Amino acid sequence: MITDALLLQLGYNATLVTLGAALLGMAAGVGGTFLFLRKRALVSDAISHATLPGVALAFMVMVALGGDGRNLVGLLSGAALSAAAGLLVVSWLSTRTRLAEDAAIGSVLSVFFGFGIVLLTVIQTMSAGRQAGLEGFLLGSTAGMLRADALVIAFSAAATLALVLILRRPLTLASFDPDFATSTGQNVTRTDLAMMGLVLAVTVVGLKIVGLILIVALLIIPPVTARFWTDRTDRVVLISGLVGGVSAYVGASMSAALPDMPTGPIIVLVGFALFVVSLLLAPGRGVVSAVLRHRAYQRQVHLRQGLLALAHGQPIYERMTLRLLRRQGWALPDGVATPDGRGRATRALRDETRWQVIRSDPGFEAAAALYDGLTPIETVLTPDQIVEVDSRIMARSEVSA
Amino acid sequence: MSLELATHNGNSAEEATRASSPLAIRGMTVSYGQKPAVFSVDMTVEPGKMTAIIGPNGAGKSTLLKAALGILKPLAGTTTVFGHSVHTQRDRIAYVPQRASVDWDFPTRVIDVVLMGLYPQLGLLGRVRSQHRSKAQACLARVGMEDFATRQIGQLSGGQQQRVFLARALAQEADLYLLDEPFAGVDAATEKAIINVLKDLRDAGKTVVAVHHDLSTVAEYFDNVFFINTRRVAEGPVATTFDDTNLQSAYGGRLGGAQMDALRPVHTG
Repeated sequence: MITDALLLQLGYNATLVTLGAALLGMAAGVGGTFLFLRKRALVSDAISHATLPGVALAFMVMVALGGDGRNLVGLLSGAALSAAAGLLVVSWLSTRTRLAEDAAIGSVLSVFFGFGIVLLTVIQTMSAGRQAGLEGFLLGSTAGMLRADALVIAFSAAATLALVLILRRPLTLASFDPDFATSTGQNVTRTDLAMMGLVLAVTVVGLKIVGLILIVALLIIPPVTARFWTDRTDRVVLISGLVGGVSAYVGASMSAALPDMPTGPIIVLVGFALFVVSLLLAPGRGVVSAVLRHRAYQRQVHLRQGLLALAHGQPIYERMTLRLLRRQGWALPDGVATPDGRGRATRALRDETRWQVIRSDPGFEAAAALYDGLTPIETVLTPDQIVEVDSRIMARSEVSA
Repeated sequence: MSLELATHNGNSAEEATRASSPLAIRGMTVSYGQKPAVFSVDMTVEPGKMTAIIGPNGAGKSTLLKAALGILKPLAGTTTVFGHSVHTQRDRIAYVPQRASVDWDFPTRVIDVVLMGLYPQLGLLGRVRSQHRSKAQACLARVGMEDFATRQIGQLSGGQQQRVFLARALAQEADLYLLDEPFAGVDAATEKAIINVLKDLRDAGKTVVAVHHDLSTVAEYFDNVFFINTRRVAEGPVATTFDDTNLQSAYGGRLGGAQMDALRPVHTG
């Protein structure tokens, strides 16, 4: 059943919903990247919680007007309006009063959400309007979604994704260096507004699929996951979109296959799994690679210090150093160098002298920045440069002699 | 227009200087809350010269630059750049913010930062082509950072970060360069590299304005000096303006005799 769902074999509607979710996930991942880079990730939590009173009020208005209270476009419009109101209150509180943004977010989030819950309770006591299903907006639900609803979600998600990609340069500049952006004539306030508008769009479009409580995770987990893999903005955007898309795709298809399974939590758990894998295994920034690198580096340091001690004819006191030297066959148990060890010690000393020359000359700045006292010199300098360094060492020792 | 300006100031020769000035600030007041950081400041930058903005901490040096560029919203005051509104002259201005104003852990490489200087030219969707990359690379070479192009910016030292910012400004190919404390926290070698680039710009006819802290190098580095301490104190060529009276008045008499003596040989010699 789950494989059927993953392979889009559950029928036209379920397929449409799954693809819509994947598009939404990509839009959230890409849009969320700039939110993350601008260090305003939590604003999206205020936005999403502020949608609830809008959803409830829209339902009540539609029922009062004698229509179907569950019209998706109507509900989402209500959500967008109250989310925008919440966003305005957050930005007013944080720019015009002494409240910091985190306090503003906390107040808006809880007050709007509480108000929304009260309204939902009121709705449950209403006799009219077939209120069942509104709770789906809390945690997301793709079960029984209409074809028209799926199309609305897919198209809005695609449009949002396209907009973020078009605006990527101003968004990057506003995140990295807003003052410089302003000096080039970019209106940073407007860029921030556009970013918040895009986040609002992702949130509202994602309400039905992910639910308002967890949509923030779909905006934040992908960029944070992507950051482990690369140091380039464009690649963070790309990987983040991928992570968001895959999470939402898997989550939506599993929820379609398994009855009564809320979509939002599954999407978040899939995203979280990708995050954990990245945290542990990403090359460079991952935890495992950091530990391994640290251990390898420590071994290298001990070996180099041991060799320099041998070269200077000093005794080796540290047991780890001696153990490593012995394992390499460079020293005997009593700390005396083997013939191989003596050769290596001489070379270590020669490289150390070369490094000193390199570090004292601004002409070698790029190479000196790589200096850790351990890197084989041949990997940093060309043979010509090494010859030049050596000739300077010769000249220096002649002067001092 | 000119008639109106003339009646405002009553000196048409001065108005002509203003109109041709790369950066002319008039009646600029900026305040944080109720306390003005910059009060009613006029400044007329001489074209093709290097001008230092100096004054004590909190005197409004950086604030003045930011307000002129529209980064801060002034309470009052106007800025003209080459005689026109600053908004119409953005492509002739290159601004180098304080190094500490950005997050250097941002996921980007050195070359990408320099390419940001070309964003206005690239527009929203223009592709970064090899000509743009080689231009960015050439700008890095001018500040001696060509070998760092593909490094992550978090790996740079303070002086290297400052030179990357300068390279980005060079990529903008501006006529007016505004730098906010370009020598803050950089070592002597970097300071020399930066000042050489700035002097080259000046010699090529560009105008350079820098917020500066180190009084002992003012006379060596700059042509003109602008003293500020919330209000404008003095403005003019280093030879005639950088003197004890103006220093004492800008620093509120807080410079001791020994400090003044240390400066004296520089501007008399």
